[in-house]
Parts: sequence; C-alpha cells; structure tokens
Amino acid sequence: MGAWTWLIEPLQHTFMVKALLVSALVATVCGLLSCFLTLKGWALMGDAVSHAVMPGVVIAYALNLPFALGAFVFGVGSVAVIGYIKQMTRIKEDTVIGLVFTGFFALGITLVSKVRSSIDLTHILFGNVLGISPSDILQTLLISGLVLILLLVFYRDLVLFCFDPTHARSIGIHTGFLHYLLLSVLSLAAVAGLQTVGIILVVAMLVTPGATAYLLTDRFDQMTWIAILSAVCSSLLGVYFSYWLDASTAGCIVLVQTGLFVLSFLFAPRHGLLAQSRRRGIDRGFPSDRQA
Amino acid sequence: MLNPRPQAETRISVQHLSVDYHGLVALYDASLQVKAASICGLVGMNGAGKSTLIKALMGFVQPSYGTIAINGHSLRQARRDHAVAYVPQAESVDWNFPISVADVVMMGRYGSMNLLRIPRRSDHQAVRDSLERVELWPLNQRQIGELSGGQRKRAFLARALAQGASVLLLDEPFAGVDIRTEKLMIELFQQFRREGRTLLISTHDMAHVTGFCDQVVLINKTVLAYGETSEVFTQENLARTFGLGPA
Repeated sequence: MGAWTWLIEPLQHTFMVKALLVSALVATVCGLLSCFLTLKGWALMGDAVSHAVMPGVVIAYALNLPFALGAFVFGVGSVAVIGYIKQMTRIKEDTVIGLVFTGFFALGITLVSKVRSSIDLTHILFGNVLGISPSDILQTLLISGLVLILLLVFYRDLVLFCFDPTHARSIGIHTGFLHYLLLSVLSLAAVAGLQTVGIILVVAMLVTPGATAYLLTDRFDQMTWIAILSAVCSSLLGVYFSYWLDASTAGCIVLVQTGLFVLSFLFAPRHGLLAQSRRRGIDRGFPSDRQA
Repeated sequence: MLNPRPQAETRISVQHLSVDYHGLVALYDASLQVKAASICGLVGMNGAGKSTLIKALMGFVQPSYGTIAINGHSLRQARRDHAVAYVPQAESVDWNFPISVADVVMMGRYGSMNLLRIPRRSDHQAVRDSLERVELWPLNQRQIGELSGGQRKRAFLARALAQGASVLLLDEPFAGVDIRTEKLMIELFQQFRREGRTLLISTHDMAHVTGFCDQVVLINKTVLAYGETSEVFTQENLARTFGLGPA
C-alpha cells in the first residue's frame, strides 16, 4: 500500500472526513488553550475540570439540553467547590482537587448507569469522533468558535495574567474576571475535547501540545502556533492510525501527541535533553581547555 | 474635616488605615504621608505589616478603616491613571516564561491600550525609551530569563517607567543583588527621584536608609513614625520598631 492510498482511501468515507475535520478543530482550540494552562500551572486543574464536567453532560443529555451547558455549570462549579474547601480547611490544594474531581466523576458514572437513555458510557469516557452525530458536530463548532473568539480577544490579557497577575491588577485589569474566563473556557474546551478523545484523555489535549511547544521556543506567540500545529497533526495522524490499525481513536491521537512531546523532549534545539547534555559537556570542557 | 485634601506635593497619603485578615489585625490606625520626588524607606520586622501596607497601596486588600490617597486621588482613580507600579521580588517571577524583555516592558502600557492591547507607535516608542533609560535596549529581544540578576531588576524598572508611574512600590529590591547592581539601581532610583517620582522601598538594611532614603516610614503593626530620615531615624524610634524598647 502506498502513502497515497494510505492518505486517500479513508477520505471516501464521510465519517472519516467528519472525524478529521472535527478533531482538527478541537485540536486547534485545545492546542491554543494548552499554552495558557501549562504556563499558568493549571494542568491539574485541567484534569479536574475535564472529569468534573461528566455529571453535567449526563444531566444535560437526560434533560435534552445542550451538553455544553451542563458541562459548563459543573466545570465551573467544581472549581468553586475546590476553592471553597481549600479556603475553609487546612487540606492542601492537590488533595482537594483530587477528591473533588473524583467525587464529581463518580456522580457522573453513577448517573449514566441509572439514566439509561441513549447515552453510551464508553463514548463519554473514550470519545466517539468516528460516530459523531450532526447535532454534536454543530455544538462542537459553536463551542470551538466561542472559545477561540474569547481566547483571541483576551489573548494579551491572559498572557499577562499567566505571567504577572500582580502587575495586571495594579494597572486596573480585572484578574478575577480573567481567572473565571480561563476556567470557563477550560470547561467548554473540555466538552469539545470530550467529543474526540473522551473525558479520560481530554487532559492530554489540554496539556501536551503546550508542553511540547514550550520546549521548542522562548516566545509565547510562536508557542501558540507550534502547539496548535502539533495538536492538529496529532489529531489527523491519530485518526488515520486508528483507521488503518482499527485501534481506539482517542488512544491513537494521544499517543501521537505524546510521541511528538518525546521528540521535542529529546531534540528541542535549546531545551531538549541532547542540547542540554551537549551544553553540560562544553561546560565540563572549560577547565581542561584552560590547562591546555 | 477629618481628611483634608493633601497638598499637591504629597504623593502618598494614608489616614488611620486598619487592615485585618479574618479578624487578625495586620495593620492598625496607620497614618503617613510621603511627598513627591522622594525615596522613602519602609522599615519594620517581618510580619510588621510592610507587605500589607504595600498591598493596601495597590488596592489589593480592603481596609477595615481609613483612607488612602495617591496624588490626592482615590486608589480607583490612581489605577485608572496607572500611577502606581509594583516591582516584583525576583523569586515571584517565572523567569522561564516565554516572553521577551520588550514584551515585559510593553505590559506596562496595557493599562492605556484598547481591549485587544494592540500597541500603537507611541507604545513602542515608550518601551524603547524606557529600555534605553535602564540601558537594556540592545537586549530587548532576549528571553527574560536570559538576563543577569541586575538586568532583570532593570527590566522591571523599565516596565514601571513605560507605565508612566509616579509611585513605585519595591518589596525588598536588593535581596540577592550584588554590590555592583545595587549601586546601579540606587543611581536609577535617584534619577527617578529627580524626575519627581516617589519610591517606597521596603528594606531590612539600615545602611540603605541612611545612604539614600530621604524619607522613612517605621512600621510595627502601625506606623510608629514617618518623615525626614534625619529626624525620624533615631535610636529610640528604631528600638520601638524592632520591639527592643518600651512598647
């Protein structure tokens, strides 16, 4: 089989074209967002929110509401609960995050098992981009569009918020608003990501592209482009691999993402492992140079 | 009237300020005035309320009592005027952040830009001018972490300049700074003073206060004394500040 067949044959199926387009769109949104999350140190928060949206999605499905709405309420709600418990007790934040999101997640799983409508647990957990319905495509389009617009409008403010919130406040920028904006966008992106890779792996979409790009550049603008590029490539390649290997789409997408990270980790020109060990080698070389 | 409008040459005016955190008193009935064009040392033990005062001046904590005026205006107005700049401590900055020196300084301009923060020609010019002032313009495209310790300090001073701040708040600016850098910073501070700016510098080092601070504020849960260094910085006042004498 040639590379041409490998690329073209899957495109004869409408479901494959849809899957490729939807996952590329979701990758763009999550890739951009991942830059903010990795620099803000919110990876764990991303994990928490993406799991905590589950009961919201189930309830919304059961009530025939847009699932983005349910996800949004529970995503932001979980963060409020995390903040409240942290403030009122002496438990450390990572513990609070762990216990809150698993609680929400467990509620979601229990609800799914009781509300036996058209909801398929495995689709929520592992995504179902190959069988995505027209209404889900529409929702994903709307969510992605909204998230992209918000991130682009508040792009500079969010960079400042990640880098130096104190300065932002001192010049009158409302950091509380930016905090909740980023959380809301995170909840929405989690629902979008849920379509392609499912709740379990959506955190990879929200973290890995940013981490990969962070090792490759020292400029935020470049970082966003690299992150988006790596996320989109991973999604497209992942969908193809999943088709040809008849393997889990979510698994394939995230594996490609992880693979790109490993490449970046090893070979990044300045911050990669090889570059670092080469620099250390040069450093060690200095004393002997002086002796010579 | 309780709070007479301060004279034009008063930069910072604090009247009967009290701040508590969940019932724990951090600052009680603190009053002080700092005039324009001065370098003011903020001296007190750890936990004496220095950081609380600085936070209050930025409007980050809600006073339970008292008023603060910057340039004779409310803090809200001062924020709108971008009058107050905070120069962060080195350890609170993420030096690996993917951002250039010029971009950091540009952040000083955000307050006066439109919502999308698209820099105008005047913003670029302000960034360049500020970086030239602190002699960092040739390094303006470096990633912020590639600067040396002293250059990092100067980059954040340039941001305050680009902001056009008349009040600079500096929390322990000399922590972990070598002698050469310290001298350079003090020279810059003195230039800022000549331009009419006011610097409030929290410090542990008494030699700094006598060396270049013309004003001093002594603090221990309240303001014990403030004013000209030559008048206020006495053995007796210092003993009270550091809890050695009669309380």
